[in-house]
Amino acid sequence: MSLPVLEARGITKRFAGVTALDGVDFNARAGEVHALMGENGAGKSTLIKVLTGAYARDEGTVRVGGEPIAPRCTGDAEAAGIATVYQEVNLIPDLSVAENIGLGRQPLRWGCIHWRAVRDRARRALARLGLTLDVDQPLSTCSIAVQQLVAVARALDVSARVLILDEPTSSLDEREVGELFAVIRRLRADGMAIVLVTHFLDQVYAISDRITVLRNGRLVGEFAAADLPRLELVSHMLGRPCDELPAAGRAAASLPPPGAPLLAVRDFGRKNVLRPLDLHVHAGEVLGLAGLLGSGRTELARLLFGIDRPDCGEMKVAGHLTKIRSPGASLRLRFGFTPEDRKTQALLPNLSVRENLIVALQVRRGLWRRVPRAEQDQLTARFIQALGIKASGPEQAIKHLSGGNQQKVLLARWLATEPRLLILDEPTRGIDVGAQADLERLLAELRAQGLALIFISSEISELVRNSQRIIVLRDHAKVAELAGGEVEESTVMRAIADEGGAPPPHG
Amino acid sequence: MKARLPQQQIPVAASLAVLLLLYGGGCALFPHFGSLRVLINLFGDNAFLGIAAVGTTFVILSGGIDLSVGSVVAFTGILVARLVAQGVAPPAALAIALLLGALFGGLMGLLIQAFDLPPFLVTLGGMFLARGLGFMVHAESIAITHPFYDGFIAQTLAIRVSSRLSIPFTAVCLVAVVAGATALARWTPFGRNVYALGSNEASARLMGLPVARTKVGVYALAGFLSALGGCVATFYMQSGNPASFVGLELDAIAAAVIGGTILRGGVGFIPGTLVGVLILGLIQTLITFQGDLNTWWTRIIIGALLFLFILLQEMISRFARRS
Amino acid sequence: MGSWIHLVFWLLFAAGLWAARGRTVFWPLLALGLLLLFNELFTPGFFALEVRGGHLYGTRIDILNEGAKIMLLGLGLTLVIATGGVDLSVGATMAIAGAVAAQALVAAHLSPGLAILAALVAAALAGAWNGLLVAVLRIPPIVATLILMVAGRGIAQLITGGQIITFADPVLGYLGNGWFLGLPFTLTVVLLAFGLTALLTRRTALGLFIEAIGESETASRYTGLPARTVKFFVYVFSGVCAGVAGLIAAGNIHSADANHAGLYLELDAIIAAVVGGTSLAGGRFYLAGALVGALLMQTLTTTLYALNVSADVATVPKALVILAACLLQSPQFRARLTRRKSPGAA
Repeated sequence: MSLPVLEARGITKRFAGVTALDGVDFNARAGEVHALMGENGAGKSTLIKVLTGAYARDEGTVRVGGEPIAPRCTGDAEAAGIATVYQEVNLIPDLSVAENIGLGRQPLRWGCIHWRAVRDRARRALARLGLTLDVDQPLSTCSIAVQQLVAVARALDVSARVLILDEPTSSLDEREVGELFAVIRRLRADGMAIVLVTHFLDQVYAISDRITVLRNGRLVGEFAAADLPRLELVSHMLGRPCDELPAAGRAAASLPPPGAPLLAVRDFGRKNVLRPLDLHVHAGEVLGLAGLLGSGRTELARLLFGIDRPDCGEMKVAGHLTKIRSPGASLRLRFGFTPEDRKTQALLPNLSVRENLIVALQVRRGLWRRVPRAEQDQLTARFIQALGIKASGPEQAIKHLSGGNQQKVLLARWLATEPRLLILDEPTRGIDVGAQADLERLLAELRAQGLALIFISSEISELVRNSQRIIVLRDHAKVAELAGGEVEESTVMRAIADEGGAPPPHG
Repeated sequence: MKARLPQQQIPVAASLAVLLLLYGGGCALFPHFGSLRVLINLFGDNAFLGIAAVGTTFVILSGGIDLSVGSVVAFTGILVARLVAQGVAPPAALAIALLLGALFGGLMGLLIQAFDLPPFLVTLGGMFLARGLGFMVHAESIAITHPFYDGFIAQTLAIRVSSRLSIPFTAVCLVAVVAGATALARWTPFGRNVYALGSNEASARLMGLPVARTKVGVYALAGFLSALGGCVATFYMQSGNPASFVGLELDAIAAAVIGGTILRGGVGFIPGTLVGVLILGLIQTLITFQGDLNTWWTRIIIGALLFLFILLQEMISRFARRS
Repeated sequence: MGSWIHLVFWLLFAAGLWAARGRTVFWPLLALGLLLLFNELFTPGFFALEVRGGHLYGTRIDILNEGAKIMLLGLGLTLVIATGGVDLSVGATMAIAGAVAAQALVAAHLSPGLAILAALVAAALAGAWNGLLVAVLRIPPIVATLILMVAGRGIAQLITGGQIITFADPVLGYLGNGWFLGLPFTLTVVLLAFGLTALLTRRTALGLFIEAIGESETASRYTGLPARTVKFFVYVFSGVCAGVAGLIAAGNIHSADANHAGLYLELDAIIAAVVGGTSLAGGRFYLAGALVGALLMQTLTTTLYALNVSADVATVPKALVILAACLLQSPQFRARLTRRKSPGAA
């Protein structure tokens, strides 16, 4: 084992009384890929931000090559040899590839930028990753994956010794992930210390030498990847012993209720977004949508709710041919949708819990029929109680609530409209375990009350636990529909991974 | 594919086309329109606008906006006139004015940067402030009579083309400023940082670029160029007037946008702004030549052009996002 | 005049402040109070009030009368700003409305009612143009409304043929100069507009919709809210408000002056809305705050005139008000203030 290039000891970070990191140790060694794992809220991103200087730590030491550092901004961290690439490509799309690599450190000649040197340097930096690109093209003309690699090239263009990759694969497809990993392996062989933050288990095992697990801001442990079975890793992340893992507790696979489905689509799709597919969901049924990020799950949900418009296929609601043209039309059909990105697509941050809760109902009643204040108060009180929403009161601004409570308010927003169908896109993302359990319980209750639910989640165990049927998407197409006894983690996984053995799609 | 025009350059090409169309149309319609004198005057008469518009272009490129241009130009004019009238040597007066302009812009930039204030509101404050300060310097128009102006600027520095025609120093200033600014935007780290800042400020920050310094610098530069525009205006008008140049900032913004700078920031081309200024000047000239068209048509046509170019930009960016 | 009027005035003002405590409108109201107090102490004759021919005369009345235009524009702008937009074209729209009314009277010989209607329709069309650009073509509001700000005065000039059109119509004159219940009629107009706007936004769901759009347009649309339609009509509303203000401006001088009607008033109105507590980022809006903000701006102007500061130099303190209002809304500035106040806190 080589000596750590990056050595962090006892890192503690508090935000307004909340301890986000509590005495965490972390090492990165030359020639190793070190995965940093943990559920949402475990403290991964806080730790990364402390290392890169975006946050100032409250306690602890960070050493690079034995030298203590205290970065105050990303520039300081870079100067110390820590380079970072973020999930969102943080480059300038309007400028050329060469310029994006050279920006801020352009070689000068006679006080002017020496453009040829900038281009040469960019070509060399890309060549180090095994890439040849036209460095004069605007970055925006490159695919996201290539942009990501350009970001890596930029990060390494300074004499970096540690490369931090913060969820670099979230927006990449499989082939692109392969490209990125090839680059990572190459850098590892060159002796770079690489820190990888991701939540895709397959990817972790595909490339990591070492795994550090965080939970609730504390260090669970540092393990050699080869010695840590998957199940054990998951149990470390969840903080539950293996035998309590949910495999046993999945929803009873009941038969679909009789009668016409509440929602049925046929040959339903949109060019370049979703290949035409069939789908139906009954009242009193949870239909799970499985698939990796970017497989078309969210796109399907948006088409179903009318945010984007399908360009082929037909839709029947309770047996009647219907056209959904907008979220407003969906609302009138008594559909509801909680989007994946709560912060930008659902919350009205400065408005109160009450206003956030009643807004969908108000839209359904229309501009002129204002929901009377007494009714608003009563509804709010009812849902705060029923869903166990923790807020200082109905008039508290929703931005001050925790993620889980925000999500409950957003669910209540739709429940207040007494919907027939709810589409939930990753409703449990970024909320604590307690709230997750609450949401799952609620899901079961709603189903029992006769709601139709379409449930999207990256957590396969969660899907299996809660769905009667599961549709698996891959590469913007439906690849499998699982029902009854087939609703099992292993079958879903196989369908997602295309390992064969998955049953052919139902008609 | 190689032959396709890069998307970022479509607006500039479009404005060049408009310029040529207007010029060609003018030459076809009016006998003396194509003369060298008209061309020279086009540069000379619009020099102060062009110089100020270059500053505005930098601000827009950085993702901001500057509404204080007209007031700063007027303030500079009256300040220089007053100083010269009180016996200060004109070069010293001009230097003081330029310094104050840069300082004024820098202060606005500092407020915008340090407190994350909306640029349009801060520079609006700047617009009021500079206007009032101008009236505090002197409430009336002051003529500038000084050998430096009458002789040196108007005669010595003018480039004689023939016995009856010379290129005024103002036109030389305009061309020099555009050339210098183009170089600044293209060949210096500061210039590139301005583009980066306007394209995506959060990324620029994460890339470790000196965002704060660049932002303050951009407004200081714009203030300096507005002041320079004001100085050049005194060469042209031989006077200073605190009430003049109301609304010049709108012409400057229009020139930048018509010249291909995208109002969201990050994309633009300094020589394009010169094209924009010349288009505005040509419209004015055409209306003058026409004679029976009223001058308010200028405003309407500028508004219409502004609309068309903004529409063009929006269409291009939407197309780019889709593909 | 008896000092009891002063006493009653200040008692009423204090009662208003007390009623506003803990609400956003408190701070602009306090600022207005301090400015008025300054005048009470240092500006001779500022608080004189007399009754002549059944009408109240005095500086305070002048402020209310002169401030009417800013208040009207402020109402429209407050809603626009609450959706996260801004309307720079209201001054130009005022000029258009005045020009249309004057030409309808003088050139088309329409009845005053029809002339007013024509002016308001023109103003609504101007607003609709902005709404089209912002809501349908999705052009950023500053940019979109800049177009009409540039071209609007040209259009107004086109309508008047470049002349100042004078008219003698008593109805329009009454709108600008009339008296009602001993007070300038403009006040009635403002109160009516305020009442109507408040009713429209708070008795229907419009207020919630506007605030939701200002908070997050995406979230609003995903909730089924017809965000574009609401935004479109908010700009139309702002245009109509500007139209009424333009009619008052024209009626006041019995003429349409395309060059000067409403010049720079958009700026005063934006400041009024912002001083009133509505954030330029959109979201919560405060109609009463906008009225108080408008009065604050007008009082400032009047105070400066009373102190013999020329109209031109009066822009300097106005600039300082803008900057102060900006700073007070800036989270960074507030953070710095509170940090200084409580250095012990983390």
